Amino acid sequence: MQRIGDAPAVRRTLVAAALLLAALFLLLPLVAIFAQAFAQGVGVFWSNVSDHYTLRAIGLTLFITALTIPVCLVFGVALAWLVTRFSFPGRRVLQTLIDIPFAVSPVVAGLVYLLLYGRNGWLGGWLDGHDIQLMFAWPGILMVTIFVTCPFVARELIPLMQAQGSREEEAAVTLGAPGWTIFRRVTLPNIRWALLYGVILTNARAVGEFGAVSVVSGAIRGQTNTLPLHLEQLYQDYNTVGAFASAALLALIALLTLAAKATLEWRAARQEAHP
Amino acid sequence: MSIRLQNIGKHFDAGRQRTQALEPVNLDIHDGELIGLLGPSGSGKTTLLRIIAGLESADPDSGARILFGDRDVTQVHVRDRRIGFVFQHYALFRHMTVFDNVAFGLTVLPRKQRPTTGEIRARVHRLLEMVQLEPLANRYPAQLSGGQQQRVSLARALALRPDVLLLDEPFGALDAKVRQDLRRWLRHLHDELGFTSIFVTHDQEEALELSDRVAVMSNGRIEQIDTPDAVYKAPANRFVFEFLGDVNHLEGEVRDGVLTCGEARLSASLPDGPEELLLRPHEVRLAPAPTPEARLPVTVTAISPVGAEVRVELAADWLGEPWLATVRHADYERLDLTRGQRLFVIPRRWHRFNAETTQRRQAMTA
Repeated sequence: MQRIGDAPAVRRTLVAAALLLAALFLLLPLVAIFAQAFAQGVGVFWSNVSDHYTLRAIGLTLFITALTIPVCLVFGVALAWLVTRFSFPGRRVLQTLIDIPFAVSPVVAGLVYLLLYGRNGWLGGWLDGHDIQLMFAWPGILMVTIFVTCPFVARELIPLMQAQGSREEEAAVTLGAPGWTIFRRVTLPNIRWALLYGVILTNARAVGEFGAVSVVSGAIRGQTNTLPLHLEQLYQDYNTVGAFASAALLALIALLTLAAKATLEWRAARQEAHP
Repeated sequence: MSIRLQNIGKHFDAGRQRTQALEPVNLDIHDGELIGLLGPSGSGKTTLLRIIAGLESADPDSGARILFGDRDVTQVHVRDRRIGFVFQHYALFRHMTVFDNVAFGLTVLPRKQRPTTGEIRARVHRLLEMVQLEPLANRYPAQLSGGQQQRVSLARALALRPDVLLLDEPFGALDAKVRQDLRRWLRHLHDELGFTSIFVTHDQEEALELSDRVAVMSNGRIEQIDTPDAVYKAPANRFVFEFLGDVNHLEGEVRDGVLTCGEARLSASLPDGPEELLLRPHEVRLAPAPTPEARLPVTVTAISPVGAEVRVELAADWLGEPWLATVRHADYERLDLTRGQRLFVIPRRWHRFNAETTQRRQAMTA
């Protein structure tokens, strides 16, 4: 029996088109990044990466990411728990609100934060009076990064926790387990892979976030420049090799994230087969 | 431990709609009794069970009280009620081995009450021996059959030696053979260990076979609570009668002691007016000729000779729905039943429930 696409010619054309597009749009740019970064030799690449301002940018990016992940983790777990284990008025609205950071352009998010917390902003004026500066400093960058990344963990957990239901937790409570024990010994082991997956996505986004951060950071070299902002500045300064060296770093982080994600998926699939 | 339920009511609010899941229910369960809550889905039986467990709370305004022996547990949290709960779909901890599942309740005890690791191991192995699953102690739930999983779940519920064992449709998801075995086994366990058990089921046979007393529920009410024999032989009302088995309906008009329905006639000393009589399949006798009291012509439409009795489906113009009759194999052969054959029904007895749900029955001369 012949199914659609079974003719050898059709199949070959489709496979070729898919491979060509993947190569043109996905693989080639990646290769180009590394090619450009190392265009003038490893020495030049290394001197660009170990440049003082680049190192500061890397440091700030890692610092922001390290703070973002635990916040998103706690927020995501709490939110998923709330939405899947309790029924209360406004539950559906809350579930929709989770998606706002995905729906809104990051630049808009940055502008809103600037409007609220900037020196002339609604809350910023009061904060300024108390000598607290959030915008154009790392707290502002942290705030928008959290805003942009906060749905990832919750998004991963909600469908899973909904599918698993609360029966195991109910069983645990009838056996006399206190709340924290139930979470630690029943809930957490059941969601661990989804949780890790959510963290990986959060990490990827936190490292690479550009739009929202560029609005609130002020891009002060060596102080409020994250790696993506630094990259853009280098490029504007016609320092192509420097820009691509930073880009290579970001791409490397992305590749590591992908590898981690693939490993996790593989392990989770194996877990499913042999728990 | 005896259980007393007083004014246990429950309603759910969904938007503006208020659903009464349970009308205030009263129920006394004796120490060591095995009670079946029987009813169709939506009758409130699971809600009642979950309220007894403490997984859900009764409406506070109705003055609800739950007593375990002399202990008022109305305000006591589930984890402190000392109950064992068995879920319909087992609810085993999927990431733990059979051993760890059964041991869970012991390992989460406060440090002072917690047995030593050795004691826990000994106790879990005794429990697994009791449910005949010791060789599978290191397996994961996903590697077990449904019946095995439910036995693990029972062992887990019994690990803390609860006074009260609550089972929510414990055998609902299992196939018939396994169900039969587990039923017998649960009865045995109950008698041996002497706890008080309440189980929920929608299976009449299961409830009648297993329980000391059956509470038949519908629409959030307990319609009748009595021994299996009594609910079957003396149903309190029409719902109980219809729910406990197959029923044949005979609707007609009574005039001068004769019920007429199309071409069908039946002598019955009843007041004049519309009437509905109910008959169980085994109360229907088939004969080649009518009697002076009963002339109810029917046609055989289907025959199922599997089992201890032959099930015969009957149809007629004067019948709204087909009737079901069970006849002995000897009678089946004597009558030489075939599909399409025309016969006469002779009721052995019939039942009648009037609006006040008082019930009368009448034995017919067969």
